[in-house]
Amino acid sequence: MGLARYIAIRALAIIPTVLILYTLVFIVLRVLPGNPVLAAIGTKNIPEEQLKELMKELGLDKPLYQQYFEYLYNFIRGDMGQSMIIRGRSIAGDIADKLPATIELSVWSIIFSLLIGIGLGYLGARAHSRVVKTAVRLTGSILFVIFIPALGLSLQLIFSKYLGLLPIGGRLSSVGLLKPITGLYTIDALIELKPLVFIDALQHLLLPAFTLGLVISGPYIRLTMNNIEEILESKIIEAYRARGVREEKIFRHAFRHVLIPITTYTGLQFSLLMGGAVLTETTYNWPGIGTYLVDKVMYRDYTAIQAVVIIFAVIVGLTSLIVDILYALIDPRVRY
Amino acid sequence: MRELFKSNVAGKASRALLNASRIILSNKYILAGFIIVLVFVLMAILADFIAPYSPIEIVGPVLQPPSQKYLMGTDNLGRDVFSRTIYGSRVVLLTTAIAIALSGAIGTLLGLISGYIGGALDRVFSFIMDSIYAFPSLILAIALSVALGPSPINAAIAIAVVYIPTYFRMVRGQVLSIKNEPYIEIARALGIPSTRIVTRHILPHVGRTLMVVFSMNSADAILTEAALSFIGLTVQPPQPDWGFDLYKGRGFILTGYWWMMVFPGFCITLLAVGFALMSEGVSTVISGRKR
Repeated sequence: MGLARYIAIRALAIIPTVLILYTLVFIVLRVLPGNPVLAAIGTKNIPEEQLKELMKELGLDKPLYQQYFEYLYNFIRGDMGQSMIIRGRSIAGDIADKLPATIELSVWSIIFSLLIGIGLGYLGARAHSRVVKTAVRLTGSILFVIFIPALGLSLQLIFSKYLGLLPIGGRLSSVGLLKPITGLYTIDALIELKPLVFIDALQHLLLPAFTLGLVISGPYIRLTMNNIEEILESKIIEAYRARGVREEKIFRHAFRHVLIPITTYTGLQFSLLMGGAVLTETTYNWPGIGTYLVDKVMYRDYTAIQAVVIIFAVIVGLTSLIVDILYALIDPRVRY
Repeated sequence: MRELFKSNVAGKASRALLNASRIILSNKYILAGFIIVLVFVLMAILADFIAPYSPIEIVGPVLQPPSQKYLMGTDNLGRDVFSRTIYGSRVVLLTTAIAIALSGAIGTLLGLISGYIGGALDRVFSFIMDSIYAFPSLILAIALSVALGPSPINAAIAIAVVYIPTYFRMVRGQVLSIKNEPYIEIARALGIPSTRIVTRHILPHVGRTLMVVFSMNSADAILTEAALSFIGLTVQPPQPDWGFDLYKGRGFILTGYWWMMVFPGFCITLLAVGFALMSEGVSTVISGRKR
C-alpha cells in the first residue's frame, strides 16, 4: 500500500501545478495587449479582412475562455496546433523531433555535473588545509555564475578552432549516419552496433554537456562538502572511530548520507538545468527544444512558443514527481 | 526647525554610509565583490569619458585585431569593441537594477500582506508563487519578454516577475515567525491599525532577510538579463549590449575573430562573479553571527 499510494498522491499533486503554469503562460501570451498575428507578420499594414481570416485560421477569434479550454483539451490529446510562420506545420511533431536531443544533453550534463561536483566536494571535505577548502568552496559559487554562452564560445574557440579536437556544434557529423530509434544518438549508435558513430556522437556531446555540467556542478560541490563535513562531526562517526573503523570506511559511510540531499537537489535544480539547456543548445547549435524555442522567439511564432513553454512546465512537473519517488526509495522514512 | 531636520537627515545618511562601509570592509569576499561591481558601475556612469570612440559609429576598418589604436579590436562593421564593451555595461546594470527593485518591492509587499493576513488569501498567494518559483526562470522570462515585446524596460519587467516569488517566500516566512511575538500581539490589543503594525513593527525586521535574498538574487538576475540579451530580447541594434554582441560574435569563431566575443562574454561573467562574491560574504557574515 505505502509506496504505491505515495506515488499516486504525488502524481495527482503535480496536476494543479502544471495547470497554474498553463494558465500563467496563457495569460502572458494571449491576454496581454498586442496582437500576436501582427507581431508574427512584423507589419501592421495588412487589410483588416485578411487579418481576421488569419486570426480565424489560428483560432484566435474565439472568446478567451473558449480558447483556454480548447487549447488545454487539444494539448492533452497531443495536438499543439500549427506554427504561425510555417503554415500547416504541426508543432507537436516538431517538438517530438527535438525533445530527445534535449533529453540526451540534459542526462549527460547531469552525469558530468555529478562527477565534477561530488568529486571536488569530496576532495574539499577530505582536504586538511584551509586554503584548499576555501578554494573548493569558492569554486563552487563561482562556477554557478558563469555565463553559459561565454564559457561555451570560449571552449569552442580553444577546442574546435585552435586545437581542432572537437566539432563546433550539432549532434552528428552527418545526418545519414543513424536511423533514430530512441532519438538519443549515443544509445541508438549502440543499438545499431555502430561504434564509430557512437564515438562521433560522443565527440559532439562532449563540449555542450561539459559546459552545462560544469556550470550546474557548483551547488553539488558545496552540498557534498558541507554534508560530509557535518556527518564527520556527528556521533555516529565518533562511534565508528571509537570502534577503530578505518578512515576509508568511515568516509564511505559519510558519503552515503550525501545521496539524499543530492537527489533532492537534482530535482530542484532541474528547472535551472532547463534554462541552462536553452543557452547551451543555442551556443552549440544543438537541435533540441531550447534552440527551437529561441528560433521561434526570433520569428515571434506565438503558437510554437506557447507549446514549448507548456512542455517545459510538464517536464518540470514530471521531474519533481520522479524525484519524489526516488526520494521515497532511498529514504524509507518518507511516506504519506 | 528646518535646520534640525536637515542635520538629522544628514546624520542618518552618514550613519547609513558608515554602516555600509563597515559591512563592506568586514569581509574580504564582500570587499572583493564590491570592488568588481563598483568598477562596472563607474564604467557605466563615466562611459562618455572613458570610451575613446562612439559605440555605434563606424570608426575604422572592419575586424581589426586588438591594437593600441583599438584596444579590443573592431567588429564586423568597423565599430570599436572597447567602446561598445564600456557602453554595454549601462544596459545590463540599468535593466537588472530596475528588475531587482521591482521584484523586491512587489515581492516584499505581497509577502507582508500574505504572511500577515494569512488564511485563504495566503494559501492562494503561496500556491501561485510556488508554481512560478518551480518553473524554469529563464524560460518564463523569455515568454514574458516575447509577449511584452523586445526592449530593456520590458526585459526588466519580465525578470522582475520571475524573481518576485524569491522575495515573497523569504519575507512571508519572516513575517510568519514574527507575527506571533508578544509585542505584536500587544500592539494589536492596543488597537494599532494593521498597516502601522506591518510597516513599523514587522517591516524593519525583514530588512536583513531582504539583504541576503538581494545578494543571492542579483548575480542570477544579471545572468538572466544577459541571456535575454543573448537571444535579442532587450536593446535593438546598433545599441551596444554585451549579450547580443556575444551572440553576434558567435558567428566569427571559426574565422578566428575571437575579440568580438571574448570581451563582452568576460564582462558578463566577471560582473556576475562580483555579485556572487558579495553574496558569499554576506552569507558567511550572517552564519558567523549565528554561531
